[in-house]
Amino acid sequence: MAQFNEMYQGTEVRAPYGRLQDWVAAMPQELRSLKQAEAEALFRRIGITFAVYGEGGDPDRLIPFDMFPRVFAAAEWARLEKGIKQRARALNAFLVDVYGRGEIIRAGRIPGRLVYQNEAYEKAVVGFVPPKGVYSHIVGIDIVRTGPDQFYVLEDNCRTPSGVSYMLESREIMMRMFPVLFRENRIEPVDGYSEKLRRTLASVAPKKCKGEPTVVILTPGHFNSAYYEHSLLADLMGVELVEGQDLFVDGEYCYMRTTEGPRRVDVIYRRIDDAYLDPLCFRPDSMLGIPGLMDVYRSGGVTICSAPGAGVADDKAIYTYVPDMVRFYLGEEPILQNVPTWQCGKTEDLAYVLEKLPELVVKEVHGSGGYGMLVGPKSSREEVERFRAKIVEDPGNYIAQPTLALSTVPTFVEEGVAPRHVDLRPYCLVGDRIELVPGGLTRVALKEGSLVVNSSQGGGVKDTWVLAE
Amino acid sequence: MLSRTADNLYWIARYMERADTVARLLEVGSRISLLPSAHGYRSEWDSLLQATGMAAAFAQKYGDPVQRNIESFLFFDRDNPSSVASCITAARENGRIVRTALTSQVWDALNTAFQELKALEREERSRVDLGRLTDWVTRHAAMVRGAIDATLLRDDGFNFLNIGYYLERGDSTARLMDVKYYVLLPRLEFVGSGLDNYQWSTLLRAMGAQRAFHWAYGGEVTAAKIADFLILNPQSPRSLATCSAGLVNHLGRVAKAYGRETEAQAKARALLAEVEGTTVDAIFDEGLHEYLTRYIRDAADLALAINEAYLSGEMR
Repeated sequence: MAQFNEMYQGTEVRAPYGRLQDWVAAMPQELRSLKQAEAEALFRRIGITFAVYGEGGDPDRLIPFDMFPRVFAAAEWARLEKGIKQRARALNAFLVDVYGRGEIIRAGRIPGRLVYQNEAYEKAVVGFVPPKGVYSHIVGIDIVRTGPDQFYVLEDNCRTPSGVSYMLESREIMMRMFPVLFRENRIEPVDGYSEKLRRTLASVAPKKCKGEPTVVILTPGHFNSAYYEHSLLADLMGVELVEGQDLFVDGEYCYMRTTEGPRRVDVIYRRIDDAYLDPLCFRPDSMLGIPGLMDVYRSGGVTICSAPGAGVADDKAIYTYVPDMVRFYLGEEPILQNVPTWQCGKTEDLAYVLEKLPELVVKEVHGSGGYGMLVGPKSSREEVERFRAKIVEDPGNYIAQPTLALSTVPTFVEEGVAPRHVDLRPYCLVGDRIELVPGGLTRVALKEGSLVVNSSQGGGVKDTWVLAE
Repeated sequence: MLSRTADNLYWIARYMERADTVARLLEVGSRISLLPSAHGYRSEWDSLLQATGMAAAFAQKYGDPVQRNIESFLFFDRDNPSSVASCITAARENGRIVRTALTSQVWDALNTAFQELKALEREERSRVDLGRLTDWVTRHAAMVRGAIDATLLRDDGFNFLNIGYYLERGDSTARLMDVKYYVLLPRLEFVGSGLDNYQWSTLLRAMGAQRAFHWAYGGEVTAAKIADFLILNPQSPRSLATCSAGLVNHLGRVAKAYGRETEAQAKARALLAEVEGTTVDAIFDEGLHEYLTRYIRDAADLALAINEAYLSGEMR
């Protein structure tokens, strides 16, 4: 399978990477080791760590950071940006629709059962339109590349996509360690993200809020693997980082407990799942959450971002229909393509998947983090057969995709510099307008030949550059 | 400020100060135990544990108070919530929760203490002597305190940190004195003996105040002078007078910033008035132990009022 190397075309260096050629050539091994150690010390110092679920071990583990940047030319990014914004608009239109009249289903473009019987469909918000008609305020779209102009969307994240702290901190660290690179290349800054996020959240204040809205970030707490990110964003935006126990409902509003008494909260950027928002509404057995919050939400006393119920749009079974959403709601042709996907729940698709299993990537519909998936070409015969049994047992729980020849970017490895597979997660902000900072999170599979970039599976991160015109 | 944030800050201070106290306690204990035990009084280590209210937990886990076990219990044991290791871990954990309310220097100081603690725990125990452990704690407690004083914004968070420090410090001064007076000398005839004086100076040494004491008073070490120094003297950094005044000051600043007085301010002022309005003679008339017990109780009562007013989030 021919792999697209984003830097080298044969011996030619592609234009965006032009100046990096000299940079890497001029870096002796000792300096590289020194810089790598420095980067790691900086990461550890600022406390940016990642706890891996189910592995035990060191909760203060670092995600490996690779110093070799990933670069996009201005024109490449312009097209991506258009495609990402288009997709974010369509996903939000879909959400408003399926909690309203369900036009797309009436029109026969998406099967109703996929939506209404979806676990992520929240009956509690049917008929409610959130402020500015936005359900998903931060849309993380995972994109892979297979050629100069071939970009595919791997999945959408409409709930609470994480990882943006790595985008911000990787840039900080690169600028600190290699200032000369930033003088020589004209790189678009990403540090406007927090201000844009704050503005986005403020722009969807509930209708009962008069004056400057009070925004908070709701975290499950410091044991959560993304806690660092929650506290970084709170710090950068200058808003309080609250836990469920800090909030309470009184009458038609939500308040936080402060040393000066109760203070009203207008917008909650929550980093917890729907199920833990309000025990009265979702899970009576949950100790987490704020009793009565959903009533306040539905009566316009507080805005919750992303809106409860947004998850139905990023479900892997719904994913197949996103290009149809773009056509249906926007009347446009999708700029970004989906990866061809087979639904194992469909009889004819299942037959194909079982036949071609060793060539395919199979994922659980509700899985995430790279867990419970099969990468056919990278698996042993036994692994494939074991997975086959799982699919046959519960076909509706799986989708399959062709194994894409993911693009590679040069990466520092033990032996020097070598190509490694990457993906990209940009963060699109949706409020009264749609914004995207030029950059995102580039994840890299550090193991040779590996296609799994998830940090929980040994992936690392790179700084992502977008060059100015 | 979120009540929970204030609560975390307050506990960072209390835990760091408590780690410091436990280390000093270990030092007092090991010094006193170097005395010949021909006098037939109870084991000094046991007395120390009694005074800090940890005796039962210790006995259950280790049995006889052997120095080595006491060191483990007071320094390394995670089952003991007041051990140095537990306190430093808890302080750092609280710090992690409220990272945004701390400067990077304060976080660095907390985190460094924690990382070094983990390294200490991995070392062979026979290579770690007690003096090194107690010095290590005092140094890191001072580093955290210094980072707070040098870099933190003088806002309500700073006040809640200081409130935690002064409450814990007053409590520990009172308890350390009580160890000496009530527990170590159960029989009246020891008072004023050579043994008595040796123990007093050991106590001063443990509080890092031996030289300060001599500068301030000179001459012979007497019970009256020490009581004056540790209770009434506003120059002494650990005296009950200093701690109460600190509480009045920082609670006053909170009340001013919020434009509202609570029961906590009134209680702090009463605590200070009590210290300022008494004399060494009056204290000895009442009985030092009785006086200290009363202080400890009043301070705990104040802590409760602070919790209700600011930290619990129940104030409407």
